[in-house]
Amino acid sequence: MSRKKNVRMPSGEVVPVVPDKLDPELFTVVGRNTARMESISRPSLTFWQDAWRRFKKNKPAFIGMILLALYIILAIFAPMLSKYSYTAMDAANRNAGPSLVHWLGCDDTGRDIWVRMWMGARVSLTVGFFAAFINAVVGAILGGLCGYYGGALDMIMMRIVDVLYGIPSLIITILVMVVVGRGVHTLIIAMCIIGWIGSCRFTRGEVYRLKNQDYVAAAKVLGVRDFIIIVRHIIPNIMGMLVTNLCMAIPGAIFQEAFLSYIGLGIAPPNCSWGILAKEGIKLLRVAPHQVLFTAFFICTTMLSLTMIGDGLRDAFDPRLRGTE
Amino acid sequence: MGKYIVKRVIAAVITLLVLITVVFFLVRLMPGEPFTSEKLNPIVKENMIKYYGFDKPLIVQYFQYLGNLLHGNLGYSMKFTNKTVNYIIGSTFPYSADLGLRALAIALAFGLLLGILAALNRGNKLDVFCVILAIIGTSIPDFIMGAFLQLVFGIKLKWLPVAQYTDFKHTILPSLSLAFYTMASVSRTMRASMLEVVQQDYIKTARAKGLSNLRITWKHQIRNAIMPVITIMGPTVAAVLTGTFVIESMYAVPGMGKYYVDSTNNNDYSMILGMTVFYGAFLIFCNLLVDILYGVVDPRVRVGK
Repeated sequence: MSRKKNVRMPSGEVVPVVPDKLDPELFTVVGRNTARMESISRPSLTFWQDAWRRFKKNKPAFIGMILLALYIILAIFAPMLSKYSYTAMDAANRNAGPSLVHWLGCDDTGRDIWVRMWMGARVSLTVGFFAAFINAVVGAILGGLCGYYGGALDMIMMRIVDVLYGIPSLIITILVMVVVGRGVHTLIIAMCIIGWIGSCRFTRGEVYRLKNQDYVAAAKVLGVRDFIIIVRHIIPNIMGMLVTNLCMAIPGAIFQEAFLSYIGLGIAPPNCSWGILAKEGIKLLRVAPHQVLFTAFFICTTMLSLTMIGDGLRDAFDPRLRGTE
Repeated sequence: MGKYIVKRVIAAVITLLVLITVVFFLVRLMPGEPFTSEKLNPIVKENMIKYYGFDKPLIVQYFQYLGNLLHGNLGYSMKFTNKTVNYIIGSTFPYSADLGLRALAIALAFGLLLGILAALNRGNKLDVFCVILAIIGTSIPDFIMGAFLQLVFGIKLKWLPVAQYTDFKHTILPSLSLAFYTMASVSRTMRASMLEVVQQDYIKTARAKGLSNLRITWKHQIRNAIMPVITIMGPTVAAVLTGTFVIESMYAVPGMGKYYVDSTNNNDYSMILGMTVFYGAFLIFCNLLVDILYGVVDPRVRVGK
């Protein structure tokens, strides 16, 4: 192996890179520290710790989470702390704009919009979170079974899914209303009857892909029971995607609630939700645009936060992106 | 391929049949009756009940309906008693489809373009702009989007008309309102998929072969990345083309959308069933088309080989 020993400097002078002889006096023997040699320099992180660490680094996602937490706190406490009731009408302040007295102004019957906004948030957020959560869990279980076992079960389930997909959701909502009465629970139940289809299809596809992976085949060859394979190998691998999917499903459920309220199938007045506030606001668009503007602002920022959180979670759970930031 | 399509069509017919059966009996569980809302003379009402066959056992009515359906006859509407369901769908669907096609064209053209541009310029200003646009698009409910476009371009700026559906000028706002959400989700999906594809080995191979960047992007990256977009397009096309209640009622478009809500509110059984059959068949057709398109775009998943 030939090594260049000399370098010609721009000035023309030739300088040796490595001295011809190194003085052994320059070095000391430190020996081997057998105890430290094998120790792990960084704390080992579980999958969730690692995901959380990377999620925290994702600024938009973290801001989204703080904003969402703020909205939840406001939805719980703002109506309690305000001196106005969400049903109290004040004829003198009809369509009043934002002021120090009524922070977000009043609607067409003089009700305080700030209080109504957070009463509405209670309904919208409850429906959004519960419907999305139930749908995600039910869909994941059914989709997982279809994807893992396949065959006749899968065939029958997918046909059921096709049929359910075609039933008009309004009919289902009205029928649920007949059975359990009007209210928040009606909306949640109605959304859950067909809402699980999306997450079922998604989970089925993922499980179908995973069960053909080599490590599942290896586990099978070793004689591991199906249940253990699902719990130990398949679920941890799709967990990230399921959580992300859940986050993305909440906006869908809030939209659905808003739509049902918009066409008059939501909860009964004087209760309100963001959908009802938007509907009332749109009627007053030319007279008092502030009502729909504020409603749109809160709906949009909530959706934005959830989307950001969803995106952040997807990146945090994706092991291929580990160490890229 | 032919065998596969025949199999799918048979499965579709069975699915439709089950769907019709379920909806046929479900609508009759809804509270109220079709003829209660009108101030009807009892004798007239009795005649109408006889005319529509409500005095017969339910099972007879069911098979009668199926028999009519085989002849392509969806029956008479129970609310607009002088019109057939075929006529109502036939006269309103063209408007919905027209609006839907315009919206789809906008959504696909701009959605794909934005998604591709964002992915190719990952991390710089253009990418951030596209991502923000996509997030805003998926964050705003359609009725708020529609109301704002009306307020800004129709009422404040007075550039475009806010209602009716006659000439090109009238179609711009409703198509934009309808397109925005789809455009945003197409661009998001396309961007994510492009970024996924660019890490694949075949892109490295193409680069190693010395192909130009344009050729790699066009022939290798886009063609592979478009698959997830095709997947989401199936249900989207069906939903957008068969009319949307909110946008159509907001802009006074005489499309199908309002009948989804009206027929349910009026207990117009034959109209509900007709809409369900039409939408169901359309959806199944779109999904079949998507599966065939898969094979065209990606020869690896070509079916029946």
